[in-house]
Amino acid sequence: MTARTSPPGKPLTDRIRPEHPPYGLADYERHGGFQGLRAALKMAPQDVTGLVKAAGLRGRGGAGFPTGVKWGLVPMGAEAPKQKYIVANGDEMEPGTFKDRLLLEGDPLQFIEGMLIGGYAIGASVGYIFLRAEYVLAAERLRAAMRECRVRHLLGRNVLGSGFDFELHLHTSAGRYICGEETALISSIEGKRAIPRAKPPFPATAGLFGKPTVVNNIETLCNVPHIVHYGADWFRGLSKCGDGGTKLYGASGKLRHPGAWELPMGTTVREILDEHAGGMRAGLKLRGFLPGGASTDFLTAEHLDLPMDFDSIAKAGSRMGTGTMIVLDDQTDVIGMVRNLQMFFARESCGWCTPCRDGLPWGEKILAGLQTGQGQPDDLDVLRQLTRWLGPGRTFCAHAPGAMEPLQSALKHFRVDFERAANRGVPITAAETGTPT
Amino acid sequence: MTVSRKPPQVGIQIDGKAHAVDPSRNLLEVALELGYDLPYFCWHPALGSVGACRQCAVTQFKDENDTQGRVVMACMTPCADKTRFSLAHADAVSMREAVIEFLMTNHPHDCPVCEEGGACHLQDMTLMTGHAYRRFRHAKRTHVNQDLGPFVGHEMNRCIACYRCVRFYREYAGGDDLNVFGAHHHVYFGRASDGVLESPFSGNLVEVCPTGVFTDKTYGESYTRKWDLQQAPGVCHHCALGCNIMPGERYGRIKRVENRYHGALNGYFLCDRGRYGYQYTNADDRPRRARLNDAPVGAEAAAAQLGEWVAQGRATGRVLGIGSPRASLEANHALRTLVGDANFHRGITENESACDDLLLQILQRTPARIASVREAESADAVLVLGEDLLATGARLALALRQSVRNAAYEMADAANVPRWQDHSVRLLAQDARNPLFVLSARATGLDDIAKRTYHGRPADLARLAQEVVHLLDYTQPRAPGLDDDAIHLAHDIATALKSAQRPLIVAGTALESTALLQEAANLCIALDKAGVAPSIALLPRAANSMGTALLGGGDTDAALARVEAGEVDTLVVLESDLYRLAPGARVDAALARLQQLVVIDAVSTETTAKATLLLPAGSFAETDGTLVNHEGRAQRHFQVFVPSDTDIRESWRWLQQSAPAAGVDLGDTLDALIAQCAGANPALAGIVDAAPSARFRLAGSRIPRQSHRSSGRTAMHAHRDIHEPRPPQDADTPLAFSMEGARSGAPPAEIPIFWAPRWNSVQSINKFQHEINGPLRGGDPGVLLLAREATAAYYARPAWQAAGTLEVVWLYELFGSEELSARGAAIATRVPAPYVVVHPDGAHGLAQGSRVECSSDGLSWMAELRLDETMAPGAAGVPRGLPGVPAVRAGAALRVEAA
Repeated sequence: MTARTSPPGKPLTDRIRPEHPPYGLADYERHGGFQGLRAALKMAPQDVTGLVKAAGLRGRGGAGFPTGVKWGLVPMGAEAPKQKYIVANGDEMEPGTFKDRLLLEGDPLQFIEGMLIGGYAIGASVGYIFLRAEYVLAAERLRAAMRECRVRHLLGRNVLGSGFDFELHLHTSAGRYICGEETALISSIEGKRAIPRAKPPFPATAGLFGKPTVVNNIETLCNVPHIVHYGADWFRGLSKCGDGGTKLYGASGKLRHPGAWELPMGTTVREILDEHAGGMRAGLKLRGFLPGGASTDFLTAEHLDLPMDFDSIAKAGSRMGTGTMIVLDDQTDVIGMVRNLQMFFARESCGWCTPCRDGLPWGEKILAGLQTGQGQPDDLDVLRQLTRWLGPGRTFCAHAPGAMEPLQSALKHFRVDFERAANRGVPITAAETGTPT
Repeated sequence: MTVSRKPPQVGIQIDGKAHAVDPSRNLLEVALELGYDLPYFCWHPALGSVGACRQCAVTQFKDENDTQGRVVMACMTPCADKTRFSLAHADAVSMREAVIEFLMTNHPHDCPVCEEGGACHLQDMTLMTGHAYRRFRHAKRTHVNQDLGPFVGHEMNRCIACYRCVRFYREYAGGDDLNVFGAHHHVYFGRASDGVLESPFSGNLVEVCPTGVFTDKTYGESYTRKWDLQQAPGVCHHCALGCNIMPGERYGRIKRVENRYHGALNGYFLCDRGRYGYQYTNADDRPRRARLNDAPVGAEAAAAQLGEWVAQGRATGRVLGIGSPRASLEANHALRTLVGDANFHRGITENESACDDLLLQILQRTPARIASVREAESADAVLVLGEDLLATGARLALALRQSVRNAAYEMADAANVPRWQDHSVRLLAQDARNPLFVLSARATGLDDIAKRTYHGRPADLARLAQEVVHLLDYTQPRAPGLDDDAIHLAHDIATALKSAQRPLIVAGTALESTALLQEAANLCIALDKAGVAPSIALLPRAANSMGTALLGGGDTDAALARVEAGEVDTLVVLESDLYRLAPGARVDAALARLQQLVVIDAVSTETTAKATLLLPAGSFAETDGTLVNHEGRAQRHFQVFVPSDTDIRESWRWLQQSAPAAGVDLGDTLDALIAQCAGANPALAGIVDAAPSARFRLAGSRIPRQSHRSSGRTAMHAHRDIHEPRPPQDADTPLAFSMEGARSGAPPAEIPIFWAPRWNSVQSINKFQHEINGPLRGGDPGVLLLAREATAAYYARPAWQAAGTLEVVWLYELFGSEELSARGAAIATRVPAPYVVVHPDGAHGLAQGSRVECSSDGLSWMAELRLDETMAPGAAGVPRGLPGVPAVRAGAALRVEAA
């Protein structure tokens, strides 16, 4: 086994070879695999958490909560409950997002190693992977990797002779977007309806089966082995901004080369779209973009030079979310695009709270009317009211407020399109769609 | 929910007004208690908060200077000290209106044809928010409805998805055949497929549902608007718990029974026997005319005839009276006074009478606290000894289902999760429960939450209990012949009871085993000696078993013996069917020796068919009277309506009216009879105070049984006569058969209608409480009668006998075992055909489901054989009281043979 000498610049995707199956255990270890775990098992669990804190790793699932801080909320020591859980959120159902799939299909062992270190850090002896239903290939590759790990005593009792026990279970989802919400995800694993839970109690104190639980995104956990192996300073150095590490950015829409790329955290939107995605397709102009998936506010061309990091995008009035952009061009009907998103969110409401359950379908029906010439002047009043009534605090969880982000920003940035549809009462022709404001 | 500890009050502000409140409560509860009208749906006083409907939005301010505030849900917001809230803030007002507008996007505007209309929480809340004009112009979602059986109607299009139904049905009541399916705005509340709702508490869905999704099917089949009903406070007659009910009448028929809140008893919920058991009162075959020798006779002549026979009997000493545990104290007392103490017998067998007397004695002497149903909810360790509670006292079973959650509340306290935050408490505690042990003849409906169960013959159960007594107090002898498993179980039970703060022992007379009752008493003595303060709940069989035990008298076996000996000319039978108490041949032979049989009853029975003189009695719907429940609580129930064109009158009134001819003074009013009964029986002295007397007036007026004046009611007889008839006069109570009178502030025992301005549904109960879940304003109705004198003397054990031949052990059905309720049309569809249950080892080659002939004590009958692994070996389970099952004796030998 030869440990690699120089640290990689793109640690997450370093071992991923497109169009090839992932490394097996031997190859993985030959390419630096499980060095992080071996190092972690020699540390005190709290020191692993401290290291992750120092590295400035923020959650890659969308909210950007500092991972080390999250781990630090879990009760530790003799007084703490014996049973704790670590759960990987691989639900990845945010429209436009496909980064976790890439990581799981390309390098499942990297993820398992991150999971093991996370479990060790918080004292969890059991881990669950909650995986999106459609990720069949990822499930297959994870199972194969877990089998190999069990045989080599990397999973199960007494991991690598360290005295640390860790069981890992793969739970494939039945397919609901709301399962990406961590408390709904926990309920789903428990066999209950995927309905978000009230907080407090927070999962860190009472989560899965009532026990302390940490839920981390797949990409987040994939960073952990490298942090432990190469150190916090190295990790911070990878980034162009205050948040540590690289980021898997993605872009979809009518671009020349849509895809996902591992780039330093804080790479500008323009660099991602122009240099990596190859710019807009011929004859199209960028009209706006959702920076972090479907549940983030539209930004426009004036924001292209912003660095893609949590704070910069928040300052501009949106969220970096998952870091995977959806681009709107000048030939696509913005109402149709927003309606498509609202249809998705309405369908994916869990049905628990009234504003989300009954408000989202109303919004979607109004947008459908606007799109097909059935619009009425007061439709826009209702849509604007919905963005308030389905906003933060009004609903039980963040699902409907997330759904309102593209709607409220579209109403602001593309007002003329909506007003025209509401006032004239005839369908918009293909030639008219997307006429710049 | 159980009562939590009371921390000192804190100060909050609501719309600028300062209030001192309990910080352990949520803002919605507090606001309702303070009299604010804050709309809500998903919160329910007994179910707690989950924050789903978003209806109770209020604005909370950060600090003194914050004018913006943020919208929060009152039901999910604790009342922290110095918090400022506003209900009137524009954001909160518009949010509350918006939630209704959202709900109305799918709710059909079918109020005029909806059973809930006029008594609908959704209507009330809609008006409360001010929402009126709907802007939603798109297609509504629609659902398919289900046939949920004879009790509950289903109209899913009306659903507003508050989740109360499944939270009650599954989480609170332990059912699993009702669920929520689907997602987003298609969520569907129903069964996986059409079929009868299995829960014994399914009828509560009607009241739990804030709109017309779940409706009372029996009410819907003969529908009347709520405001057209005439109501009176009632007490359920279908078991010994004495749950409070609110029957409603129109056109001389009881239309429905609703829950009548009682803080110490039923709270917000009834069992289905209690809710639907009323239908027998409307049966066509009820006796409605007095008959002498099978010919009509005038009521006055009939009463005089009874008096004459009684007078002769009193002179010759050849008159006997058999009373009834389903009749009122007043009626039993009147009969006893007429025939004389020595000639009065209770309408129960020798076995049952021995059990009832023992039960009463135990309650009078036990050092344990006598637990009300509500108090049972706060027990932290429970032992059920012999009772199949879901069939013999279902509402108590529901309370025990809550009691096991005290462990969850303690976990919540430790995790700083408020007890009212129901979803969080359940997820935090998962399956953590405090211990419940069920010792029974076979599996019961509480076993799913029991820590351990044990199935045996009554003698085996008593033996196990004796071992527990021994483990708690080594001066007591060990039980003979227990195997290791049973001894381990006894250890578990003893440990759990001893380490509990509030242990509860539940037993009863269902298995007709005095040994079991004695061990229940012994357990309490042992626990008391061990320094643990136990509670006890002992269930007799019938609604007034406790009252008749307090009244005293012989039993039916003794009465029949005297008749058989030729000592009796006149037998007066009050509300009892002798054929349910003794073998038919024996009753036939005895009755043949009489000169005359007088029967007073509200239902037609084999006994009424033999009557020389038949006097049609009022059911609970047509009578006032007093019943004493299992804890010794005397409660008065009130006449709902006066039947027209019949001779039906209160049993006690028939007896009272015959008294002058018999030369006996029974007074001429209800109050006079009550006073006489109280005077003659020191143990019953308290019954006078069970409710205010007929002289009571509220602000100088009577209390009307009908809601506010409306033309619908006055038009009721207009097809016969357009003049409004003079309403019947009520000389017995302060209630009036009228729309006129005083309503506000009625004494809790005499509230016929729960209603408050803007609160037309059953949710109006919050306006009648000082504290949510607390007693009614003015105190919960009823008077606890039992004089207590604790002794520490253990009951001695009878010699234990090993199992011999197959012996009869009573089983009970919620629907079928109780005589009156089983006669109603809806419940009758749920009554099973006769069956007999044996352990597969005792089947002797007979197949599950086969037709068998059962024989015992010379009686034989056909039944379906059920093989049940949980049935006590050596026992044959016989469903008591089911049509087709004769009056065999518990403990008698039984033969089961292929038919």
